[in-house]
Amino acid sequence: MKPAAFAYHRPASLEEALSLLAVHGAEARVLSGGQSLVPLMNMRILSPAVLIDINRCRELAYIRREGGMIACGALARQGEAEASGLVAATLPLLASALPHVGVRASRNFGTLCGSLAHADPLAELPSVAAALEARFVIASARGRREVGAEAFFVSALTNCIEPDEMLAEVRFPVAAAGARTAFLEVANRGHGFAVAGVAATLEVDAAGRCAGVRLAAMGAGDTTVRLAAAEALIEDEGLSAAAIAAAGEAARAAVEPTADVHASAEYRAGLIGVLVGRALRAMAAAGPR
Amino acid sequence: MSRARVTVRLTVNGRAYVREVEPRYLLADFLRHELGLTGTHIGCEHGVCGACTVLIDGKTGRSCLQFAAALDGASITTVEGIAGEGPLHPVQEAFHEAHALQCGYCTPGFLMTTIEFLAANPDPTRDQIRQALTNNMCRCTGYLNIIEAVEDAARRLRAQEGGA
Ligand SMILES: Cc1cc2nc3c(=O)[nH]c(=O)nc-3n(C[C@@H](O)[C@H](O)[C@H](O)COP(=O)(O)OP(=O)(O)OC[C@H]3O[C@@H](n4cnc5c(N)ncnc54)[C@H](O)[C@@H]3O)c2cc1C
Ligand code: FES
Ligand code: FES
Repeated sequence: MKPAAFAYHRPASLEEALSLLAVHGAEARVLSGGQSLVPLMNMRILSPAVLIDINRCRELAYIRREGGMIACGALARQGEAEASGLVAATLPLLASALPHVGVRASRNFGTLCGSLAHADPLAELPSVAAALEARFVIASARGRREVGAEAFFVSALTNCIEPDEMLAEVRFPVAAAGARTAFLEVANRGHGFAVAGVAATLEVDAAGRCAGVRLAAMGAGDTTVRLAAAEALIEDEGLSAAAIAAAGEAARAAVEPTADVHASAEYRAGLIGVLVGRALRAMAAAGPR
Repeated sequence: MSRARVTVRLTVNGRAYVREVEPRYLLADFLRHELGLTGTHIGCEHGVCGACTVLIDGKTGRSCLQFAAALDGASITTVEGIAGEGPLHPVQEAFHEAHALQCGYCTPGFLMTTIEFLAANPDPTRDQIRQALTNNMCRCTGYLNIIEAVEDAARRLRAQEGGA
């Protein structure tokens, strides 16, 4: 029994969870899959006085299509998304990133929203959300608001959620017909966090020309980073070998990774440049899916 | 800070238990200290080593990352429950035959991970086996015998399916 004592609440609905947050928010943590929160509590890096366990809020357990968006409730587990035919058909980038998120035993419980809320700069899902221009639906007893990735991720392990709020849903736009995607990461081991990675999408017009590209990098700094200069280069110059090489170089120059025991900052930046090149070449070579 | 106890009802290896525990009581400790089921081992207590892996409602989970109280109503299978009163489970038999353990500390976690893996992938490649076991640590065997045991376990389970 390693965590410090806490008061435990198990609301049965989102409404109940939000009224608990309105009262306890400042000293509370939301517990979803527990795959990041409980290790931190076991190590006593975090000792929240109150835990609000949302696992009985069944109304939050969904992955469903709503028009052009796929809406994933706060209790949508990573493993469920990985097994979902809807996700495979409409969100190929998310589907290809999920097997890299931890291991089966962590994905069985870890949620999509929990990983996003945790905002680890080395996590896969924040970069997927940034590349897909996902929308984050943040709820409180005061109401709802929606933000994009650039507002949601503030710094390492810090999101824009206020103490009385929680992430109720994340919404991903359905991939356009003919969209191509790539998710690439390099890790020192077959499990756990990677050194760096790149999430990429490419849309191609009827003539086969690039009609839009989005690139986001993990391990690139305090948060996931959209690689705007590299995107602009490809959108202006197309998918020639020279443009791809220049985009990789632009990505390398744009990121400010941190160094740790796994890799130096320089290595991470170089790696992101290489992965951008590989992702662009793979998407250029791929037919429409 | 609240030390209040909460009631937790868990079915473990088919038997129903009701206990009063502090909310911070981890499932791993609940199994070992409340129920005396010491087959579930604890290594790192932050999700990384895999020794504490059990089946929670049929899915593998780290029992060091779950609060027992939060699982109220769930059904847990530990290594003590996989063969019931009978002879060894085919996966246990394969580990035994292939000498896939030395001290045995990691073995319960490997068994639970393998049972879930082979149910979804009855005929895996060696690479798939390595990938599936990548987050279970063994400090003794060097893993090779474990991988062979999982291949053998897959054969045993397929034969059992075919024969059944
Ligand atoms: C062995 C292992 C390997 C892992 N490897 C990886 C990996 O390679 N890549 C990776 O990205 N992650 C990895 N993780 C962490 C990942 O598994 C977690 O699932 C994820 O980061 C958190 O999701 P969760 O649902 O478990 O959230 P929790 O652990 O329950 O919560 C995480 C944080 O987010 C907050 N929170 C949770 N849900 C909400 C919500 N709806 N609204 C507001 N705040 C919320 C919590 O209060 C807490 O601060 C690994 C974990 C383990 C145990
Ligand atoms: S003790 Fe739970 S994973 Fe190591
Ligand atoms: S047999 Fe000793 S740790 Fe695996």
